[in-house]
Amino acid sequence: MSRLSSKADLLRDLGKKALVTYIVAGDPDQSVTVPLMHKLVAAGVDVIELGVPFSDPEAEGPVIQRAHERALRAGTSLLDVMQLVAEFRNLDQATPVVLMGYLNPIEKMGYENFAQQASKCGIDGTIIVNLPPEEAADLSRYLEQHDIESVYLLAPTTTPERAAGISSRSRGFVYYVSLKGTTGAGSLNTAEVSGKVRAMKKIVKMPLYVGFGIKNGVTAAAVAHESDGVVVGSAIVDYMAFHENNIGELETSVVTLVQEIRSALDALVA
Amino acid sequence: MSDRYSGVNEKQPLLPDESGHFGIYGGKFVSETLMAALDDLENEYSRLKVDENFLATLNSDLEHYVGRASSLYHAQRLTEAAGGAQIWLKREDLNHTGAHKINNCIGQAILAKHMGKPRIIAETGAGQHGVAAATVAARFGLSCCVYMGSEDIERQSHNVYRMKLLGAEVVPVTSGSKTLKDALNEAMRDWVTNIDDTHYIIGTVAGPHPYPMIVRDFQAVIGREAKQQFASRQGGLPDAVVACVGGGSNAMGIFYPFLDDQDVRLVGVEAGGSGIASGQHAAPLTAGEVGVLHGNRTYLMQDKNGLIAETHSISAGLDYPGVGPEHAWLKDIKRAEYVAVTDQEALAAFRQLNLLEGILPALESSHALAYAMQLAASLPVEQHIIVNLSGRGDKDVPTMAKIDGISID
Ligand SMILES: Cc1ncc(COP(=O)(O)O)c(C=O)c1O
Repeated sequence: MSRLSSKADLLRDLGKKALVTYIVAGDPDQSVTVPLMHKLVAAGVDVIELGVPFSDPEAEGPVIQRAHERALRAGTSLLDVMQLVAEFRNLDQATPVVLMGYLNPIEKMGYENFAQQASKCGIDGTIIVNLPPEEAADLSRYLEQHDIESVYLLAPTTTPERAAGISSRSRGFVYYVSLKGTTGAGSLNTAEVSGKVRAMKKIVKMPLYVGFGIKNGVTAAAVAHESDGVVVGSAIVDYMAFHENNIGELETSVVTLVQEIRSALDALVA
Repeated sequence: MSDRYSGVNEKQPLLPDESGHFGIYGGKFVSETLMAALDDLENEYSRLKVDENFLATLNSDLEHYVGRASSLYHAQRLTEAAGGAQIWLKREDLNHTGAHKINNCIGQAILAKHMGKPRIIAETGAGQHGVAAATVAARFGLSCCVYMGSEDIERQSHNVYRMKLLGAEVVPVTSGSKTLKDALNEAMRDWVTNIDDTHYIIGTVAGPHPYPMIVRDFQAVIGREAKQQFASRQGGLPDAVVACVGGGSNAMGIFYPFLDDQDVRLVGVEAGGSGIASGQHAAPLTAGEVGVLHGNRTYLMQDKNGLIAETHSISAGLDYPGVGPEHAWLKDIKRAEYVAVTDQEALAAFRQLNLLEGILPALESSHALAYAMQLAASLPVEQHIIVNLSGRGDKDVPTMAKIDGISID
């Protein structure tokens, strides 16, 4: 079993809420990524989602779009992202790392080549935003051969029948997108999200993590009431943009936010 | 919409297949939030396309509002100048709003009405699709928001103001290359956010299934008319049909009814920009690679890391790095040929049509004209070529004046 599934199962058995954080690899430049990943882990992050920068990130809101642009300006390719994970693995063999991105760079690299290299670099899973399970059969075959897990998404618009099919194909966890919109969008109606998550939990037989719109300890705790964990993205990336030119400040502010969310999640189950 | 495509030969299945694929192309590569909306759209469309009321409304508007059938004009002076096969122009420039884009917009606006969506959104490059979308929004009492790259807003300011006059909101897109592909990204982001009350009218035969099929079906009226008009005026079938290819909707529309007529050459003309060798072009079928963008697998222009490349063309409507998936498939099975024409060649054809026929073509359509004249020169006078004159060039007058160093403000 991969690092991702073992971690997700372990957290669930322990009754701990999972904290997943998203940063874009190479944002603001590649030297920042690996040290920040270690700091995230030290601050209590369970799973690291590493965004692969793309020229056309069609599902992202402005905050993460700009992160993609910064990382691309720094020349970050899919191959670079994989090498950053290999570097991270020199010091951390325990924390699951999931790549999140769009299909085209993987198509260009070739599915088999991608799966091989990703596995060699210590990547545990993928979340490919524009690859629903219907289109994923070929890629999944190669990923499975190399023990890389495919995480799929559920949305507020997903019907119960689809949700059952998707969750049976998802590995590690299922990612529930809390709102209709792009990343970083508006404000979360936590009561409504909780209701939806409760309904989804009846269908989904594996850990269900909720992402989109989680900004701080309060929203994280509200959402984690019903879910098994949370994914925090834009709130972190916002700090990275703000402190783009001062890496010390960047790290401190990100770590402070992550610690706040960690405590809020732990307080829920204490 | 009665004559459905029955495949290239009897053994070919009806395409796209159930999952929206044309061979390996097409499909639904979108985020999960959109999947339900695409399913709804597909179901509603399958129901409506055989619904008599829907067809009556559509056909009535095509006749009385758009002004169809558009004429098929035998361009004799242009033919003489080219010195070979007879050149016929399918005059989509004579449609209401001045391009083929309205054929699709009328159909999709009626669809939106039936789906109970009070708001439509659209992306636009040259502004022709944006104008057509804003027009049908006014006609059917829908609210309308058009996304347009900030660079295109500058190139096509005339159309931007037209959209505003029609009551649409025009949102400048400043991300990425600030052109059509980025406008499409932004429209997808709007759609995912406002999915409950909004229908997205994609302007070409690209995007996720069912869009390439729906847009093709609505544009196929061009080919159906052209085929009938040619048969009654000249008899038989033309030897070749030529159309420009941006996303590919005017080309797919005129090709589709001819797909089973193997003796009719189908030629799609892409934007060669400064020339294919220069790398400064927008010709994914001629010089691109297979990849996934904007919801479908197709040929596209990308760099060695799979990032989408910036495109270059004098014509904003052809300045797009992808192409509809059905064209990718027609290229692979060799049912259609795809070539590229440079900015310079298109400009020359633009001038010639003005001088020889008194017709002001869109720069997009001028690409098809340029290639058709070359092709005509290589064929005997008894042969016939139909060119899809996809739009009129009023919107391009400022660009031309600038090239000629003339100030017209
Ligand atoms: C007049 C005209 N022709 C052609 C095109 C290209 O689109 P398509 O390839 O979908 O026909 C456009 C797009 O804006 C246009 O305005």
